[in-house]
Amino acid sequence: MSAKSHSLVMLSRDFKHVARNPTSVFNAVLMPVIMLFMFVYVLGDAFSVGVDYIDYATPGMMLLAVCYGLGGTAVSVNSDMTKGIINRFKVMDVPRHAVLTGKVVASVLTNLIAIAALVGVAFLLGFSPSASALDWLGVIGLVLLLGFATAWLTVALGLAAKSPETAAFAAVPLIMLPFFSSAIVPADKMGPGIKQFAQYQPFTPIIETLRGFLNGTPDTGDALTALAWCLGIALVGFLWASATFTKRA
Amino acid sequence: MTSSAIEVSGLRKAFKDKVVLDGIDLEVPAGTVYSLLGPNGAGKTTTVNVLTTLAQADAGTVRVAGYDVATDAKAVRAAIGVTGQFAAVDELLTGQENLQLMVDLSRSATDPGIVTELLERFELIESAQKPASTYSGGMRRKLDLAMTLVGTPRIIFLDEPTTGLDPRSRRTMWAIIRDLVADGVTVFLTTQYLEEADQLADRIAVLDQGRLVAQGTAEELKRQIPGTHVRLRFTSVDELDAAARLFTDASRDDDALALRVPSDGGTKSLRNVLDRLDEYSLSAEEFSVHTPDLDDVFLALTGHTTEVGAR
Repeated sequence: MSAKSHSLVMLSRDFKHVARNPTSVFNAVLMPVIMLFMFVYVLGDAFSVGVDYIDYATPGMMLLAVCYGLGGTAVSVNSDMTKGIINRFKVMDVPRHAVLTGKVVASVLTNLIAIAALVGVAFLLGFSPSASALDWLGVIGLVLLLGFATAWLTVALGLAAKSPETAAFAAVPLIMLPFFSSAIVPADKMGPGIKQFAQYQPFTPIIETLRGFLNGTPDTGDALTALAWCLGIALVGFLWASATFTKRA
Repeated sequence: MTSSAIEVSGLRKAFKDKVVLDGIDLEVPAGTVYSLLGPNGAGKTTTVNVLTTLAQADAGTVRVAGYDVATDAKAVRAAIGVTGQFAAVDELLTGQENLQLMVDLSRSATDPGIVTELLERFELIESAQKPASTYSGGMRRKLDLAMTLVGTPRIIFLDEPTTGLDPRSRRTMWAIIRDLVADGVTVFLTTQYLEEADQLADRIAVLDQGRLVAQGTAEELKRQIPGTHVRLRFTSVDELDAAARLFTDASRDDDALALRVPSDGGTKSLRNVLDRLDEYSLSAEEFSVHTPDLDDVFLALTGHTTEVGAR
């Protein structure tokens, strides 16, 4: 049997997992929507960011939506590893890339569903982006790339963790990181220390790039930094995941 | 291909500075059941992992189905089936979907009816459309083994196939394993239970702290360990002394005021012991029959109990 059909078999298994696991769908799809409501309705008026808060917050929430989906990916990868399912695949000579890519694609698919739901709700709340069709393509491209990069890193975390619980815990920093970026409020409104961290951490240029696209004023410098971070994270995640997959039995 | 299904010599494996396997030599003739017996931490799973290409040995040679696991891993994998220590079933898929997944991934499963056939053979037809998360421990194990059989492997590795199962499920599993052997399949089995090895295996190897401390048939091993005995506990040293004079082949434990009298555990020999006590107006405070278990094997072969072995 060819490697391609192995990949398809794994992919269809991973899609079934997404569809049949209500908890992970709740975390991935509903949580970001709830967060959007909370920040825009409950807290939004307290922040002065110079523009309508919904317009400011939505790009940040898109990134949050990507990150919230990662907990489920980490747990799913780890339970395959610790329950011996990956060992079973290995003995059946299912190639590494088929097993791992299935997880990554399912994770990115979850991201897309979550972001579609989030953006839909944002529009209902008065989100009014001034992005052109080309800018929207940029948004979708960057979201896909971010989802892809963080999924590889999360797959690696999931493979390396001792148990599903520690795998979920290992993904927490990725879920928390958006709060210490310009997702919710601009970095220069934060206290010293946190401010510098927020300015230089990877998610800030990614959010600023999304914001730029959605405002119709993309910034090439931010976009290049965002691109570099995504490719870097993807590469680290891919190499770490591949090595752990081969080594751990 | 030789008539040996599995040949291992000088196998060593360490994790960092902890030696897990310290020179293992074994040979399993095709069509037989070989059981690796040992407590937790003895190195059973590591041995299975090396033999099934999941882990690499630090030293030694391992040939499975005539192929070297280090240089010809693909050929080894094509010949074997592995059921790991935990039931590796996909809980979100149904029993049927789990089996179908194996068929879709298998290189050798060509029979379109194999899924139904296996569901029937393992009495899982009724639950075939239910997710595996709803299965009992015994059903999961059966599904797990059924999944291993999809590619009709000739050599099967079973890592503690009955750990955590209730006695009835354990017996069902034994029957299934016997059926496999009747079909000519070679089985490499690890277990913590002497009884299991005794029931199933043609040859048993006792693994302790990474070394094989004994190998042989169940009969050969049992000859090396203390047999079934009756344990009598008395209330005073005088009584113990008197009883020890009656049973000259017994061994005494002065601290516990106890006497171990060899016996085959049958009613006749038990009555004999009781009658003799009665005859001399002796009565034991406590009377119990001991059959050898893994602890006895370990004590006899290694000089320490399984508790120590597990360290």
